[in-house]
Amino acid sequence: MKRTYADLHLRVNTKDTAITTRTIQKAAALGYKLIATPFHPQALPEENLNLQDACKQAGLDYVSRVDLRPRNQNELLSQLRKLRRKFEIICVLCETKEVARQAAKDRRVDLLNFPMLDYRDRFFDRAEAELASSSLATLELDIKPLLVLEGPARIRFLSGLHRETQIAKDYHMSIVVSSGVSDPMHLRKPREMAALASLFGLEGTLALEAVSQNPTGIVKRNREKLSAKFVAPGIRVVKEGKDC
Amino acid sequence: MQLDTEFVPSQKEFMDAVWHAVTQLYGEYGASLTSLALINYDVEQKLAIVRTNLTTVDNLRAALASIISISGKQAAVHVIAVSGTIKALCVKLRE
Repeated sequence: MKRTYADLHLRVNTKDTAITTRTIQKAAALGYKLIATPFHPQALPEENLNLQDACKQAGLDYVSRVDLRPRNQNELLSQLRKLRRKFEIICVLCETKEVARQAAKDRRVDLLNFPMLDYRDRFFDRAEAELASSSLATLELDIKPLLVLEGPARIRFLSGLHRETQIAKDYHMSIVVSSGVSDPMHLRKPREMAALASLFGLEGTLALEAVSQNPTGIVKRNREKLSAKFVAPGIRVVKEGKDC
Repeated sequence: MQLDTEFVPSQKEFMDAVWHAVTQLYGEYGASLTSLALINYDVEQKLAIVRTNLTTVDNLRAALASIISISGKQAAVHVIAVSGTIKALCVKLRE
């Protein structure tokens, strides 16, 4: 069966329509079928509509995503309460250990992203993976730093990703590999993303799943949950009316 | 492979970028295992055919994906097709 490739972290500036359209068209040309861009709170409603139209014209399935960057646990919980039912993907940018731990155990969180490049500020360890494996959280790894970093910085970054991948594998936690790019020239084909993922220990089928089944699975699950027919996990409205 | 650039790099500039990417990622020892060689480079269409060992295809794919510039100018290299023989490769490309 043909794989459906997805890039859940395409960072586009919605104010720059020309570059946004070019990026979306390029993503479609490279073989992606589904993309998500983080929602900007400052973006005007028409900018988001333009983005969705551009995706539709390019034949891409647009997924709404929001990146939460809370300072503490309470802020995270409050943001999750407000936003969970408004977006298809919720990603938490874990910048403190407290936030990382809470995000890992919360079933409303889809993606855990560790944006810091320094390994001391990346809080993905065995405890985090254990919490995440019992919830629905998936580890998101961005490829962009691999492309733009050079020398010792890239070596340290790769080594950190290798460690994180190994931990995630040990705890049977799924991994999503995203681009995280804002420049269309940095976009890579899904198979090239998988090849880059092999640099940090995700090889063969696992790497391909990280750019296909894993991200599309999250979207499918959340769309089902957000549909009006969803009642609870495993329970959905099949038919309504007096004749039921 | 297809070069995605706004300029036309020369054959030497292209191969320098490829060797630089391979040696940066895998070192000189790793690069020696690839048996990398340029077979054909079409300047007009910005298409290139390179040869490598079967065991290092994925390594080369990763190295090519890590190229973000050629001669200091923004560029990307995308693999279009991989094949065991040049004849089969040409058939794949025509399809």
